[in-house]
Amino acid sequence: MANNGAAKYKPGDLVRVKVGVPPTHFRTPEYIQGKEGRIETLWGAFPNPESLAYGGDGLPAQPLYQIEFSQSDLWRDYKGNSGDKLFIDIYEHWLEEI
Amino acid sequence: MTQNGHANGHNHGDNAEYYSLRAAAIQALLIEKGVCTLNDIVTMADKIDSRSPKDGAKILARAWVDPEYKIRLLADAESAFLELGYDLPETSPKITVVENTDDIHNIAVCTLCSCYPRAIIGRPPVWYKGLAYRSKVVVDPRGVLKEFGTELDESVQVNVIDSSADYRYLILPARPAGTDAMTEEELANLITQESMIGVAQALSPQSVPVD
Repeated sequence: MANNGAAKYKPGDLVRVKVGVPPTHFRTPEYIQGKEGRIETLWGAFPNPESLAYGGDGLPAQPLYQIEFSQSDLWRDYKGNSGDKLFIDIYEHWLEEI
Repeated sequence: MTQNGHANGHNHGDNAEYYSLRAAAIQALLIEKGVCTLNDIVTMADKIDSRSPKDGAKILARAWVDPEYKIRLLADAESAFLELGYDLPETSPKITVVENTDDIHNIAVCTLCSCYPRAIIGRPPVWYKGLAYRSKVVVDPRGVLKEFGTELDESVQVNVIDSSADYRYLILPARPAGTDAMTEEELANLITQESMIGVAQALSPQSVPVD
């Protein structure tokens, strides 16, 4: 995890969002936890909000990715087209390889 | 109960009096503890209030009339904003622009709170911060579009963009048909706050009253 901001994933990689409710301010909504998606964009490394929210320095910075999910993978009875997507930005320490 | 990443399940949309009191208390503490000055807070609030949907509309109308500018705007929004004299405060989150087309329609939301491209288009509308929009649009974006009176062809791909971290999303609406003869200023009048969030399309030229 202490990767000095070097990105572990690249666009196109498949990842799963980790599941958890850590006792801090975290930016990974529960509806996306445990879901599998595809890296769309690497935005760069940003200070970790879980540390910033409590006066920490946010280091090591976490690579931030925009991840693409298929809406029909997220919701059982999704009322839309099979091509509809959801994009969300997730920090690397919340991701695991599939 | 947990929801939206907040362990206490709070909802910023309700109980305005309580939250304004709380904001005043937090402001007093920040100043007392030397985290920032009253001047910092007032300067930032003024900066946000100095921007409105009209600023976003001006930028996006330029992209409609100038294809080269549109390419630069989609590739590096902040540099393209600067070209038109719009700088972002140092503390602003990053902003990027996403294009809606006849085939793909994007809608922005912040399911966790109220993240929004404030540095360019000012404060979000109240409904954007409410739990109803934030919870429904991710599950049923087409239903939400209908509630806003937005009818899309069934074949259009609908994408939801949840601005959950350090980026804010400004939507470039599709340019409506029948606008070839319009000036850049006239076109900007078609670009509404709702269309820059993606819950609506740009206005059609027939629906805009002539000044």
